[in-house]
Amino acid sequence: MAEGRGQITRRAGLRLWLAGLWLTALVLAALLAPWIAPKDPLAQDLFLGRLPPFWVAGAEPGFLLGTDSLGRDVLSRILYGARIALVVAVVAGSLTCLIGATLGLLAGFLRGWVDTVISRLIEIWMAFPPVLFSILLIAVIGPGLSSIIIAIVVIDWTRFARVVRAEAMAQGAMDYVASAQVAGRRRGSTMWVEILPNVLPTIVVLLTLEMGIAVIVEAILSFVNLSISTDDPTWGGMIAEGRSSIHHAWWVIVFPLITLFLTVLSFSQLGEGLKDRFDPVLR
Amino acid sequence: MSYLQIRHLSARLVGAKDRLLRDVSLTVERGQVHGLVGESGAGKSMIGKAVLGILPQSVEIVEGSIELDGVDLLQLSAAERRRRIGAHCALIPQDPLTALNPSRRIGPQITDRLVQILGWDRTRAETRAVQILGEVQIEDAARVLRSYPHELSGGMRQRILIASAFAAEPKLIVADEPTTALDVTVQKQILKLIAQMQARHGTALLFVTHDLGVVSKVCRSLSVLYGGMVVEDTAVRPFFAGPQHPYARALLAATPKYTDPLASLQPVPDAVIAQVRQEVKASDKGWFHV
Repeated sequence: MAEGRGQITRRAGLRLWLAGLWLTALVLAALLAPWIAPKDPLAQDLFLGRLPPFWVAGAEPGFLLGTDSLGRDVLSRILYGARIALVVAVVAGSLTCLIGATLGLLAGFLRGWVDTVISRLIEIWMAFPPVLFSILLIAVIGPGLSSIIIAIVVIDWTRFARVVRAEAMAQGAMDYVASAQVAGRRRGSTMWVEILPNVLPTIVVLLTLEMGIAVIVEAILSFVNLSISTDDPTWGGMIAEGRSSIHHAWWVIVFPLITLFLTVLSFSQLGEGLKDRFDPVLR
Repeated sequence: MSYLQIRHLSARLVGAKDRLLRDVSLTVERGQVHGLVGESGAGKSMIGKAVLGILPQSVEIVEGSIELDGVDLLQLSAAERRRRIGAHCALIPQDPLTALNPSRRIGPQITDRLVQILGWDRTRAETRAVQILGEVQIEDAARVLRSYPHELSGGMRQRILIASAFAAEPKLIVADEPTTALDVTVQKQILKLIAQMQARHGTALLFVTHDLGVVSKVCRSLSVLYGGMVVEDTAVRPFFAGPQHPYARALLAATPKYTDPLASLQPVPDAVIAQVRQEVKASDKGWFHV
């Protein structure tokens, strides 16, 4: 386009690049963990317990970020922990998104009794305290990766449903929807063809935020020992273990914390960046 | 010969007692322009929406009929009504900025109806789109059809909406304040364009506006609304010579005059408002509906 409007694009910016870089590194770490991890993440050696990271006096070569109280390599455990974190983020995030966004879209566009039913359901659902709810849920269905994913989906679909519903309502009131209806488009088809593409940027942002939240929820559940078996390296489990030795071996808790923090931050920054890309007006 | 005939149409909010439209009757002749005038909230847009079957779900029609070419739309099944309206009616919406879907290209937004309702094949529909854009003086039609709405100016988008409304050769177009959102210089051009297209295609036009100046230029007949009630329904010439109803008279007197730009504006007198409110109330007497 030669003139004006079409040319306005926002630069992706440093934030997006850094976030993308971190997440790419994380995906690679998760995929290549067996080859790049310096040690076996489960190997214990009590003689090598609480070794400090490499720049602190008393460090052993080969244990870059030190070891925990059982002598397991912190770096290797973080790398392996990325696997579980990412599986939870992607699977739980997408499932939550799919269920929540669909219900929100139906409620927001169709209105009427569909909206009444879904909205009441959301309100009832949100009256439960989420952490308690998930702990209860896992106590009932038993711990494990799939339980965590189910717990996240069950708790968090309302987040999508509420926001997408509001957005679909706003879009539904636009003149272009009226025009499409006058032109004979069916209601269902209007929802998919006219409304959904305009709600998509919002959904993408929510999805990336949700991925970050899923990682945190997994960490919380690990922290209270309701996640995967304690042997498997998860960031939350590492943080929980590191808490007990925080005074004499700070690295055991600090490195997984930093990793968790950067990951969640990256997901949210990625969302912001993608929103600009998806937004037809800013595209 | 009338094309659209609305008889005793009443509508209300679902579950509410008071009516939003009160026993509205009006006629749009084949190929003629009928103005629908009133203050904000008088129900003029609502009549247009009722005709096109796009009333909000919170509004229900409780009485009356909307006959399109002799067929009462309100008696048809939803699917049949959708098809009939899709094939014979179109809308020129108020705000060109929200009337085109921002995430779809212009092309399919014009051709959808041709393909889906009239069953044309895509090539024929696209040829038609180029041709109709040419009619509204859009030269670079091929490029415009590939563009997204945000790449085009407001005036351009309003032209596209007009073209799109005429693309399927509808018998009736509802223009819902098509110039209100535009700035004054563009308003005049757009108005002229609508009038031209209407004359060329011989389409009946229901022209919703609050601007009597526009009515005097474009319409053949008009209805003046207050509180969802038609207070005056007449041809344009006698109306501008001297309206019958005091409210219509006051409304006409309140219109600024180009010939006398320095004259102070005349508000509609309170006494007239009180009187027309009285009439609206009186019309509700004897109206029962559960």
